[in-house]
Amino acid sequence: MMVNSKTLFSLLVIIGLMTSLAQAESITLSGYVAIENRFFWNDPSYNGQKSGPQVSVVTEPEVRWKDSGSPHQFILAPFLRVDAMDDERSHLDIREGFWRYNKGSWEVLAGINKVFWGVTESRHLVDIINQTDMLEDVDQEEKLGQPMIMVGHSGDIGELQFFLMPFFRERDYPGSKGRLRAPLAISEQTVYQSGAEERHLDFALRFSQYYGDWDLGAYYFRGTGREPRLVRDPDSNQLTAYYDVIDQAGLDVQYTREAWLWKLEGIIRKGQGDTFAAMVGGFEYTLYQLFESTSDLGLLVEYNWDGRDKIDAPATSFDNDIFIGARFTLNDSQDTTLLIGAITDVENRSTVASIEAERRIGESFVLKVQARSFMNIDLADPLWSAKNDDFLNINLQYHF
Amino acid sequence: MNPQKHIKKIMTITAASLLFSFISITGANTPAEKGFDVAARSDRSDRGFSDSVVQLKMVMRNKAGKQTQRSLLISTLEVPDETLGDRSLIVFDSPADISGTALLSHVKILDPDDQWLYLPGLKRIKRISSVNKSGPFVGSEFAFEDFTALELKKYTYKYLGEKDLNGIMCDMVERYPRYEYSGYTKQVSWIDQQVFQVRKVDFYDRKGDLLKTLILDDYKSYNSGFWRSHTMKMVNHQTGKSTDLLYGDYLFKKGLSKNDFSKSALKRIR
Repeated sequence: MMVNSKTLFSLLVIIGLMTSLAQAESITLSGYVAIENRFFWNDPSYNGQKSGPQVSVVTEPEVRWKDSGSPHQFILAPFLRVDAMDDERSHLDIREGFWRYNKGSWEVLAGINKVFWGVTESRHLVDIINQTDMLEDVDQEEKLGQPMIMVGHSGDIGELQFFLMPFFRERDYPGSKGRLRAPLAISEQTVYQSGAEERHLDFALRFSQYYGDWDLGAYYFRGTGREPRLVRDPDSNQLTAYYDVIDQAGLDVQYTREAWLWKLEGIIRKGQGDTFAAMVGGFEYTLYQLFESTSDLGLLVEYNWDGRDKIDAPATSFDNDIFIGARFTLNDSQDTTLLIGAITDVENRSTVASIEAERRIGESFVLKVQARSFMNIDLADPLWSAKNDDFLNINLQYHF
Repeated sequence: MNPQKHIKKIMTITAASLLFSFISITGANTPAEKGFDVAARSDRSDRGFSDSVVQLKMVMRNKAGKQTQRSLLISTLEVPDETLGDRSLIVFDSPADISGTALLSHVKILDPDDQWLYLPGLKRIKRISSVNKSGPFVGSEFAFEDFTALELKKYTYKYLGEKDLNGIMCDMVERYPRYEYSGYTKQVSWIDQQVFQVRKVDFYDRKGDLLKTLILDDYKSYNSGFWRSHTMKMVNHQTGKSTDLLYGDYLFKKGLSKNDFSKSALKRIR
């Protein structure tokens, strides 16, 4: 898609939203516009890749409609990035665009939505409803909107949610000029195991509840797996994305006791080679009001293990890794936070270290600074292609 | 909960309310009993409010007088049983970048509260530790416990006497936190003798030094009997910082239920 048509479309969307805002009281508009600059300080690994500065403009407006007392609600939240260096990274997505009906203990939702499941910090293992937006970051926290119909019921015994997902969202990848990409181009041709291709009807059923200090979630998913296998096509010398139909059961548990949060996520997946299990578990311990200040220091340790097949399943770098991190929260009026962490492969010592800092400036601006470094990356590790892609990202957001 | 302990608790409470009904406050013997009775009369003047919703503005000032503001919406569900705590939901409206961030608390009496934080950007619900009672609430001079530890039985009491506060005759009651992790050794509260509302609280830190003073002003009565302060000023004597809470009009009995204060409701607050 061309940047210009995207920009035009987004402007139309925003103007449309603003106009409707002016007309009704029960409609609220919020969101942000940001300018972002990403620098890569090492020489690139592959031909055509650039070092930046990679300048982007990002916006994520959100319009919400709800009349007080009405069980109906509408939300529209588009997302747009326009990237000056890599055309493929410019993208428009509807993160949310749905109608929701909520009465008593029942909830029905139809449209595009984001759903987050899980408790751990180093990997979002059980989170499966939405496709990861790989153009945004490698941390798997940015997600594409997922079309769905959801019916939920919450009561004293817990919450039960049923999801029907009629349309699959493909994963997008940076273009040839972009960093943090695979060595070869990803083919436009996507292959699905299901004959229905992206129209395979996926479903998920999830139960969640808390019992005293225990928070628990469990689900079953059947549908097109969100992670593709990237297979080299010898004719075109490109990578083809293969999406398999999988069955996955997942569990997430958190035990909260005094200043300790004990966390565990686990999955069992069938459909990509041998049936396998994967887990991530650990703790977050917080030292509140460190040295009699108003700041808190959280210490995080998590262990990742993944038993998947090396050939028949999508590659993962979380096969046997330890994450260690520290989270500083200043508890000031500007909500300053700092997160430092590193994840290391126990066998091959490949390490990704990162720093994320955030602070509000004045009432409406937020400055986010993020740095990632890929250290000691082993040839056999899926992170090999990113070994020279250390970066510093500076993001200034204006919130409205 | 141990059922025997529970029954014992119910009996104690029944006995306490019987005592309260038949014996006037002056009939209480010890300063502890009288302190409890004064606090209980104040607490119980609020019984039957069912639920409330209020918008408020938080104005924070540093030592140099520089101001920052937040606005938030607080919903509260009354749990009539005094052995259980109320439920509250705080939703931030501004600054814009934290709009939609929410904190849900299921308050307990002596056990740690159950608390969840909702982060709308990630759509993530996080169970958080509630031992951080004395930490600053979103950068203000109010601590978490200043919001959540308003339950009668979270304290023991001592009656100090009566004193005039700006022309209002007040009972002075000292209260001592019974729950763990409080940042206070004691609080001295001033409760007026006419409508039994708290007018002023002095907070003493873990070393026993005066830390903060809270002045509660602009009381208004709703539904003929539910008194609410609309201006609360907290001054930290040790840092020179202060925070004002400026409340809008309260809405009562909106028919909110447990469902509106459940973990799953966090996903639907905006």
